[in-house]
Amino acid sequence: MTETNGNALIKLEDLKVYYDLGGGGLLDRITGGSGERRIVKAVDGISFDILKGETLGLVGESGCGKSTLGKALLRLTEITGGRAMYKGSDIAHLSGRELREKRKDLQMIFQDPYASLNPRMTVGNIIGEPIRTFKLADSKSAVEERVKEVMETVGLSRRFIKRYPHEFSGGQRQRIGIARALAVDPEFVVADEPISALDVSIQAQIMNLMKELQQEKHLTYLFISHDLRAVRHVSDRVAVMYLGEIVELAEGKSIYEEPLHPYSKALISAVPVPDPEIEEKRERIILEGDVPSPINPPSGCHFHTRCPYAIEDCKKIEPQLVEIKPRHFAACIRISPEQPRIEDVVRE
Amino acid sequence: MSEHNGNLLSVNDLRTYFQTEDGIVKAVDGISFQLKRGETLGIVGESGSGKSVANLSVMRLIPQPPGKIVSGDILFDGIDVRKLPIDDVRKIRGKRMAMIFQDPMTSLNPFLKISTQLMEVTQLHLGHTKEQAYEHAIEMLRKVEIPAPEKRVDGYPHEFSGGMRQRVMIAMALSCEPELLIADEPTTALDVTIQAQILELIKGLKDEFGTSVILITHDLGVVAGMTDKIIVMYAGKIFEAAPTKELFAQPANPYTKGLLKSVPDPAHEHGAPLYQIPGLPPDVAHLPPGCPFAERCDRAEDICTKEFPPFVQINENHHSLCHFAKEVHAASGGE
Repeated sequence: MTETNGNALIKLEDLKVYYDLGGGGLLDRITGGSGERRIVKAVDGISFDILKGETLGLVGESGCGKSTLGKALLRLTEITGGRAMYKGSDIAHLSGRELREKRKDLQMIFQDPYASLNPRMTVGNIIGEPIRTFKLADSKSAVEERVKEVMETVGLSRRFIKRYPHEFSGGQRQRIGIARALAVDPEFVVADEPISALDVSIQAQIMNLMKELQQEKHLTYLFISHDLRAVRHVSDRVAVMYLGEIVELAEGKSIYEEPLHPYSKALISAVPVPDPEIEEKRERIILEGDVPSPINPPSGCHFHTRCPYAIEDCKKIEPQLVEIKPRHFAACIRISPEQPRIEDVVRE
Repeated sequence: MSEHNGNLLSVNDLRTYFQTEDGIVKAVDGISFQLKRGETLGIVGESGSGKSVANLSVMRLIPQPPGKIVSGDILFDGIDVRKLPIDDVRKIRGKRMAMIFQDPMTSLNPFLKISTQLMEVTQLHLGHTKEQAYEHAIEMLRKVEIPAPEKRVDGYPHEFSGGMRQRVMIAMALSCEPELLIADEPTTALDVTIQAQILELIKGLKDEFGTSVILITHDLGVVAGMTDKIIVMYAGKIFEAAPTKELFAQPANPYTKGLLKSVPDPAHEHGAPLYQIPGLPPDVAHLPPGCPFAERCDRAEDICTKEFPPFVQINENHHSLCHFAKEVHAASGGE
């Protein structure tokens, strides 16, 4: 979408989120533990920009840390290291009061429309709460008017204002979740698997709605999903995450048509295509084994244990995101701007 | 594929209803389909379409009450499963027909070793001794490509990952070499790289054992690569039935067309809005008199809200439940 980094809305620099599970103490050794301290490196040194007005897609398999990254951007989880810059201030180091103010601009849409809405609150109260919290309307009737407006923007009838979440379908509930996020006119929205719990015909509705709202309100999205087709559809750029690290980052089209990193290649090839003719012919890269545990992940490149192209060095060297092709970054020591295709590297 | 054996499974006018506080829910309402030996049938539908209930009916696993198979025949290799005493059903179920479910965590007993759970099946159905059953369990784990099966066989379910647990479920389902395997959303709970592994495994085992497979899913991508023919269900009815390639190439039902169009196509240019089916799936307890899809359909006319549509035969193997099936079919041919 945009070429320069001048209009980055959010800048991540070596962002880390670790969870200490303990262990490694005397008790652990007595009870036959490994004797090592167990640390989940959910987000392990991530740097990238989110540009103003774009949708950045974030894909990866469960446990790769994509949701943690999304939460860290809103400081819904504590940041262990690095910086997350938003308009000149570091989200990681904001005080409680500053953080609350910033949250007006930074909102989130959650995956599960059943679990993320309070069942005892009416729709009017759910959507009205952030409006009251941030004092965006001064009277009760003004709040209600604003709630009704937002409801209409997301395609909910204003007649439903007194209803409770259980009276709605999954798709409608997701609209309530979106309305709640947009009620405060945010600038940046993290959408964490917003369509995964929905039926196919409803997924399209929600994706289109999010797109319309983005154009109308000039929103910037981080769209987190394991569904590569959806991510490709809604995103300007896509970041692929594996075990706490970004392994590839590029425009949606390039990452889909010519993925460079061996993991992205496998991930994209694993997606079934709704076309029997294509399915019959295509060769699938089947990865062996499961995603390793993010507790003390593999050394070097985290993907080396499953990578068909791994060499000795991959166990030792931690690869950095390198611009392999214009605006197309990948973190793999085996490829370079001179040799962007791993297949060519192997053939030599 | 042995065409001359005829149908392994033949379901005729099956109706499974549930009595609820909200009235009678016609979860499955008059569906018919056939499955030949070695064939794979895909059943596609959104939540509440009746796709799972249809197959639970075939397995006689409908909780009764509140559910009841009110009419229809379920002929499995000539035996009417619906009329069979439940003791006789138990002799077939697990042996000649088996099922795997979406969530491999809740379908394995967390307190029992994998070996115990696998051995139970063959001891019951094949009369294996303990030793035979144990050997067989290891053999099955090897077939589903679980590394070091002689060690893992004595593990507990929590020691396995989601993908590995689904492999165990498949091993269990196939341990008596059933003629029919029903897989209900077998990969929905799994990551996409693991999904690819499991689908590949099911394909391989199907060829090895010659099993007929019914694959239930909401994912059109999964059925495209796996099945010979497809049934599309909506509101308890079959909306369209056709050979896989034909269904994708030339659908004859507006609902099928809508579903196909609403899946994002990675090849398409970015930015264009996605086709969307308007509205919500219907409440099966309160269906309107006409076509249940009419109010969401872009092809609907007056007749659609008044009269229930006919199940139109397009050609020998292709049917569509629509007042305008032939027109829709002709129109999608030119696209």
